[in-house]
Order: sequence, then structure tokens, then C-alpha cells
Amino acid sequence: MKLRTFFAALVFALPLWAVEPNEMLADPALEARAREVSKALRCVVCQNETIDESHAEIAGDMRKMVRARITAGDSNEQILNYMLASYGDFVLLRPRFTGATLLLWLGPPLLLLLGLFAVRRRLRTHAAGPAPLTSEERAALAVLEKDKA
Amino acid sequence: MAKRWPYLVPLAVIAILFAIFGKRLVDVEQGFNPAMIPSVLNGKPMPEFDLPGLPGRTNDRGFKTADLKGQVSLVNVWGSWCVGCLQEHPNLVKLTQGSGIPVHGIAWRDKPEASLAWLRKQGDPYTLVGQDPDSRTAIALGITGAPETFLVDPYGRIVFKWANQITPEVWQKEFLPRIAQLRK
Amino acid sequence: MITELGHFALALALAVAIIQATVPMIGAARNNVAWMALARPAALALMGLIGFSFGSLIHAFIVSDFSVVGVYENSHTAQPLIYKISGAWGNHEGSMMLWITILGIFGASVAAFGENLPPALRARALAVQGMIAAGFIGFILFTSNPFLRLDPAPLEGRGVNPILQDPGLALHPPMLYLGYVGFSMAFSFAVAALIEGRVDAAWARWVRPWTLAAWTFLTLGIGLGSWWAYTELGWGGWWFWDPVENASFMPWLCGTALLHSAIVVEKREALKSWTVLLAIITFSLSLLGTFLVRSGILTSVHAFASDPTRGIFVLALLIISIGGSLVLYAVRAPTLEGGGVFAPISREGGLLLNNLFLATACATVLLGTLYPLIAETLDLGKITVGPPYFNGVFVPLMVPLIVTAGVGPLMAWKRGDLAAARLRLAIAAAVALIVIGVSAALQHNNWHDFAAAGGLGLAAWMSLAAITEWWERVKPLQSGAFGRLRHLPRAAYGMTLAHLGLGVVIAGVTASTAWKQEHIQTQAPGDSISFAGYTVTFEGAADFVGPNYSGQRGSFAVKKGERVVATLTPERRVYIQPQQQTTEADILTTPLADIYTVLGDPQADGKSYVTRMYYQPLVPWIWMGVVLMGLGGLVSLSDRRLRIGAPRRAAAKLNPQPAE
Repeated sequence: MKLRTFFAALVFALPLWAVEPNEMLADPALEARAREVSKALRCVVCQNETIDESHAEIAGDMRKMVRARITAGDSNEQILNYMLASYGDFVLLRPRFTGATLLLWLGPPLLLLLGLFAVRRRLRTHAAGPAPLTSEERAALAVLEKDKA
Repeated sequence: MAKRWPYLVPLAVIAILFAIFGKRLVDVEQGFNPAMIPSVLNGKPMPEFDLPGLPGRTNDRGFKTADLKGQVSLVNVWGSWCVGCLQEHPNLVKLTQGSGIPVHGIAWRDKPEASLAWLRKQGDPYTLVGQDPDSRTAIALGITGAPETFLVDPYGRIVFKWANQITPEVWQKEFLPRIAQLRK
Repeated sequence: MITELGHFALALALAVAIIQATVPMIGAARNNVAWMALARPAALALMGLIGFSFGSLIHAFIVSDFSVVGVYENSHTAQPLIYKISGAWGNHEGSMMLWITILGIFGASVAAFGENLPPALRARALAVQGMIAAGFIGFILFTSNPFLRLDPAPLEGRGVNPILQDPGLALHPPMLYLGYVGFSMAFSFAVAALIEGRVDAAWARWVRPWTLAAWTFLTLGIGLGSWWAYTELGWGGWWFWDPVENASFMPWLCGTALLHSAIVVEKREALKSWTVLLAIITFSLSLLGTFLVRSGILTSVHAFASDPTRGIFVLALLIISIGGSLVLYAVRAPTLEGGGVFAPISREGGLLLNNLFLATACATVLLGTLYPLIAETLDLGKITVGPPYFNGVFVPLMVPLIVTAGVGPLMAWKRGDLAAARLRLAIAAAVALIVIGVSAALQHNNWHDFAAAGGLGLAAWMSLAAITEWWERVKPLQSGAFGRLRHLPRAAYGMTLAHLGLGVVIAGVTASTAWKQEHIQTQAPGDSISFAGYTVTFEGAADFVGPNYSGQRGSFAVKKGERVVATLTPERRVYIQPQQQTTEADILTTPLADIYTVLGDPQADGKSYVTRMYYQPLVPWIWMGVVLMGLGGLVSLSDRRLRIGAPRRAAAKLNPQPAE
């Protein structure tokens, strides 16, 4: 039994809101940046929520910190790095390209290439010559013709 | 006949996946908590902070990073709203008493009056107390909940973080050996 | 009493499932007709028993029998009847009961309508169904008993989580499970065919309708889930790449590939072993989805049951079913190949590319979903794989898929003529380019706008290519069009509808992602916000009382110009049991956009509220497109050729093949 109090447990007792009007920045350009950064950061006590959409208190505090740092002149990158330094890769919704995520990022293109290679092989081996109808094909033809009738 | 090995690929992939699932299940069974975020600050210097003290406390001068230099110390993050902290507190008072290790407290997301009243009622084991009402320091420290406790070496570096309650067993197993190591 | 009978029926069902799993299988191996014949009555009896058992559970929910733990934990007397009933599957135990009930229905359908199946294939397929049923009934009986009693019985239940009290979510699990479980048919047929060592056109014809039915349900189920998230979670998002969503999306992607490759097997007897593999993987992913949600291995926003002991049981089930079938595949599949010759540029070639992209996309979603788990288990650190990854990797795979999907259907089998197809698709391509141009001319603030222009172009391409294909076959302007219209197979209409639907979905997804507008503010009664040609005025909020909740209801007048087009009344509710706060957005749906309003917290003056408004361009198109796709599935299912089933394997008899 975990006795530790996670904020997550309090979620339902809190207002259901993420970004509140009073925490928003007056400058729309800065506010837009704050939203962008907030959407790249994971709420650390929630399951798969960005701090932008989370209503956990710590997420609210992180949103405020993002805005404070933007106002203080930090770049988006600097803010993300700051959060990365305290919470680790867990806090970034877009995984960094590192040794640990090599397979994650290279997997899909690699799979596609392998697939293309397999498709090419399949076409080559099967397209060698205009082979006459096989017995199976004749069977299939019979099925199709019977069906048409 | 076509080569056979390509037909073994799906089996091989799923076997690896099952092995990972199996290990994960065993880990979870053995008490691994998937919700826990491992600290990335171990071995790193304590992030800079300079927190105001609790007005009305005997020592109300606050708590800052520089205070950690010179000896082994503990930093306990707590809040008067936190049930886990209430359960941990007697252990914290008892275990650290006479250990010669100062315990500093960070009152997280709390009103100073509430923190002070809580300490008066539950006992105050802390040498220095700083308040962090808007999580600025908590975020720098990678806090996700309370209580959390940092063990800090005489150079002000974080040795490790215990992200749960300190119980006598935890103190014996996780803290004392590390403290002994640091004092060597 | 009824509850105990239900429990007993479930135990009996386990016995029947074990018989169904073994006797017909042995019968088929020994060519014992009587033993094989047992499969059908067993499947019917199994459905009867499971149906009774699930019925008794639903009965306990309807009459609010709080002596049953599940009812106590998930129901409340003040809940409306529909949510009492849906509460039966709104929890782990009950949802597993729903799962096996649907499994029973599918098995019984094969028994009832599988008249024209060869007895051995039917016996084996039903035996595999019996194995799956036995595994899951055992899982329920030994780890997740829904009939547990409480003594003394509490007077009142704890109630179902209010955010689950929504018509969309009441229907979402049954639809989703009809899809998941429906793929078990393709799986059972694949395993049976591997045991027999024969996959042919007739096999594909038997498998296709089941796959199509499962796909249709899954499509609608995912659509419903997404719609629920959109209307209920209150921030107007409809897809989050959440593990639970991914768990349903993976079988969908793989099942879509299966649907297309089975056509190649049916028409051309090619891609056999690949199709069998897809059938196995599609259902495996459905099982994996169940596993991921229930084991605590992956946690997510709406995983509602997590327990490692169950996880170990399910893992054992997975190893036996997936591992076993893949072993069988490794042994038998190499003997299956052969089949039709085709040029790269051909209908088969197009379908092969379709499969390549869909399979890669599916593998990508799987990789992204499991990677945090894999990394953590292998001590590579704790990482998060969020929407930016999925969007970044998934979308590039979809673009060539859509381009191919436009051209493919216009290709002839075996050898297609790309130049001719290009000519016939000139209009579609031209319109797509115009759409891209117009969109980019209207909106060009950042690269998102250009990506969105491309997305809209793809949507236009996809839809118009589908219509072009239909047009070419019907030739509406030439004489005899009516006859062609009537004689075009329903399956062809199905494809046109489904492809058209996909085009519409793409348009909706693109526009709502790129051009969603959000307005968050504090409003006093009388305050207005203007966006996208509309003016929305907050007219105040008042307290109200609902059946099992109370709260405030806001009133917003939506004006276009000077004309009031709608009054929206979003609510914030506090439920009585469990005490929880929810928001009910109110949405004005127009053909081109949704106006989405949410009532937030009251301010100190008691009259002002935080309000949120979203302008969601083309969002209704997403649901419309999903419905079109589902409709396509249904229309195709009604095709005469599928309805009366496949021909007997007469043709195969002409050319006897060695058994293995």
C-alpha cells in the first residue's frame, strides 16, 4: 500500500481547468509560445497529459513557471532544458534522439525500407517470366467463372 | 521451397516482447512502482534556491543552497496538507534525533501559518525551514509528490533522493549505509 | 439467486468451451465426422450459457443488487437505467464478460451460418474459438469473478464514474469489443487453415466477411470513443495517442491491411502466408490491447483496471495463443506460397503497397506505445513517447498510403496501366492541386498552414479518386447507366463509400488540427467574444438539478451577423455519488465547423464565469467520415457474394493438392 500522497489523487477535488485566464500572458505572441512549450511538457503526476491540459496543481505551477521564464526572456529551448534537468527525459513528450531512443526513431524508417526490400524481392521472384496459369490459378479462374454464371 | 527463416521472424519478435512483459510483471510484483520517476539529480549539485523562512518560527532566517555546504545533511520536502508527511513525521523526528545530521525542511505549496501550526503540533525536527509556495524550488528539484527526502553531501551535492516516506526500515537500508559511506 | 445461476452457467460454459476446443479438433485430425459435428452444438450451447451468465449480471445491475460487489462499486440507484446497464461493462470484470459474450456470439454465428464450410475447417475453426473462450472464461472465473457477493449488502452503491456516464461511452465498449473479438474469427480460420495446410480463394472468401464485420465495428467503436473524448473531456480534443487509444488503433490498422490483402488471396491466390500472418497479428493486437489495459503494465488516463496477478494470467494466455499460432505459422507457412504472378504496377501491386504502409504504421504505433515500457525494463531510463512522436512518424507514412489508395483501385489485376490511370485521375489530381493552392493562398502564416494545405489536397485526392473509380464503372452519362448502377456489386459501393469516408476524415483531421481556435476568458453576463464570423454572448448561468447531479447551466447566444443562430447551454455538474465534478460542453454543429462552449468556474462576484470557447473547423467531418467508412463496411457486407458465402471448394477438388 502506497501511503505517499500524489497530487494525482486530488485531481477530482480540483477545478477541472487547465489554463486559467488569470495565468495567461497579456502579449498574445508570448502566450502562444507558452502554450507551445506547455504542450511539449508532460504533467509529472498524471498519465499521458501535457501540463497544458492537466489540472493537477504541480502542472499549474509548471505552467506558471513556463510563463515566468518566457517573460524573463528564456527561449523555448532553454525552458525545456530546464525541465529536462530536473525531471529527466520523462518530462519531454517528444523523446530526444539519444542512444536510448535510437530504435524508437530509426525503427519506422528502417521497417519501411525492409518492407520495400521484401516487396521488391517478392515482385522479382514472382515476375520472372510470364509463367502459364498454375493449377491454383486455373482453380481460381473456375471459381470466378462459376460465380459469374 | 522458399527460405524458412523469414517465417520465424514474427515468432522471434513476439518472444522478445513477451520476455520484456514477463520481466516487467516480475518487477511490478516485486514492488517496482511504475508511477515513480527516478531522480536525475543524483550526484549533481543541489540546484540554487534561496527560500524565505517561516515567520514566527524560532529560527526564521530561511533556507538556501549555500547552507548545505560543510556537512552531510537531509532535505525533507513536506506540506501540512500531505497525509503521507503526517505519517512520516514521527519517524523523521525519532530517527534523525541524535544522528548528528541536520534535517532541513522545505514547506511545499503551503501557507506559512499552516506550516508553522503543523510543526508546533507534530514536532519540529528541522534545523532550517524554507517555504516554497509556488513550487519554484520543487520543480527545480524534480519533486512530484510529498514527502521526498534528499541526502546531501558536504559539498552540497545530492547523493540520492528517497521519493517516499522514511520508515525505520528505509532509514536502516537506504540512508544509514550511505551516510556511513559519506563520513568515511 | 439469479446471480448464483449466472456464476454456475459461467462455470458450465468453461466445461463446454474445453469440449469445443478439444473434441472437434481431434475429430478433424482423425476424420471422425461425429466428433467434428460436435463443434456446432457446442458453440451454440456456449453462447447460450455465456449469454445467460452475462444476462444475470446485467439483471443484477438493473435491479441494483448491491450484494454483488461489482454492482456496489459501479452503480447507484439514482443513475438513469441506460447507465445502470452500461455500468455492467464499465468495469474490469463486467467488460471481460462482455468480451466473452461477443466471442460466444461470433462462434455461434459460424455454427449457425457456416453451412457451406468444409466440415473439417469448420470444426477446427470452432475448436480454436473454443480455446480462446476457455482461456478467457478461465481468466474471469479465477482472477476476475464478477459474481462476488457482499454480506451484508450495502444499501447504496458507489456509482459509476460520471465521466463514463455518456451515451457515446455506453456504446463504445460493445462496439470496440465487437471489433476486437470479431477479429478472432479471422484468427481461428487462419489457425485452422495452417493446421490443414491449405489457404485458397475459398478460404479468403470465408474469412473476408468476418474481417469486414469486425473492421466495421472497430471503425465505429473507435469513432465513438473519439467522439466521447471530444464531447466529454471538455477541451475539444478528439485523439491523444494515449496507450488505450493506440491499443484499439493498432488492430484497426492491421485489420485494414488484412481486409485488403484478403482480396488478393481471393482474386489472385497470392500473398497467402502474408494474409494468414496478418490475421494472426490482428487478433494478437486485440489481445495485446486487452492485456495492456488490464495488467498495470502500461498505465494511462482511462485504464480502469490494473492488477499484476491478472497480468500474469493474461501473459500466459498470450504466450499460448499468440506464441502457439506463430509457431504453427513458422512451421506451416513456408508450404503456403505459390500463387499469382503480377507486375509491380497492378492492382496487386497497389494492395501490396497499401499493406506495406499500413503494416509499418501499425508497427510504428506499437513501437511508440511500448517503447517507454521497453526502455524502462531494459534500464535505458524513463522516457515519454507523446503525440509529437506519433504525429511526426505516423503522418509521413499516411501520405504515400493515401496517394496509392487513389490510384490502386483503377489498376487492372496482374498488369495495370499507370499512364491510363494517370489520365483518368487527372481531374482528381487537378482538383487536389487547386485545393492546395487555394488553402495556401488563404492561410500561410507558418509551416502548419502549408502542411494543412497538403492534407486538404490529399483529402480531395482520396475522395475524388474514389468517386472517379465509381464513375468509370457506372459511366452515368452513357446509355445503360441505370443497369450498371444496379449491377455494380455492393462490395464496389462499399469500397467507394469507405474510401470517400477516409477522404472526409482526413479533411476533418487536417482542418481541425491546423485551424482550431481557442478563447479562454472571464466573462460577466452580457460579455461577447467574436471569432470566425460568429459572436458568442454569455448570458449568465443558473443553478439546476439533474437526476443524480446538480450544478450550473450557462447560456450562450451564438450570433452570425445580427441573427441568433443558436443558444448553447454548457453545464458544470457535481455528481452525488461518487462526488465528482464534470463539465458538459455544448456544441453547435454546422456543416463547416463546431462552436464548442464550456462553462468554467464561477468568479467571486457570483455572476461572472471563466468560459472557454473553441472554433473547430471541419470537426463534424471526422465523425461523418467515420460513419461513411462504417457504412461502406456494411454495404459491402450485404454483397450477395459474401452473404451467401463462398462456393464450396468444388474448384479445388478439380486440382487435388497434396494435403501438405
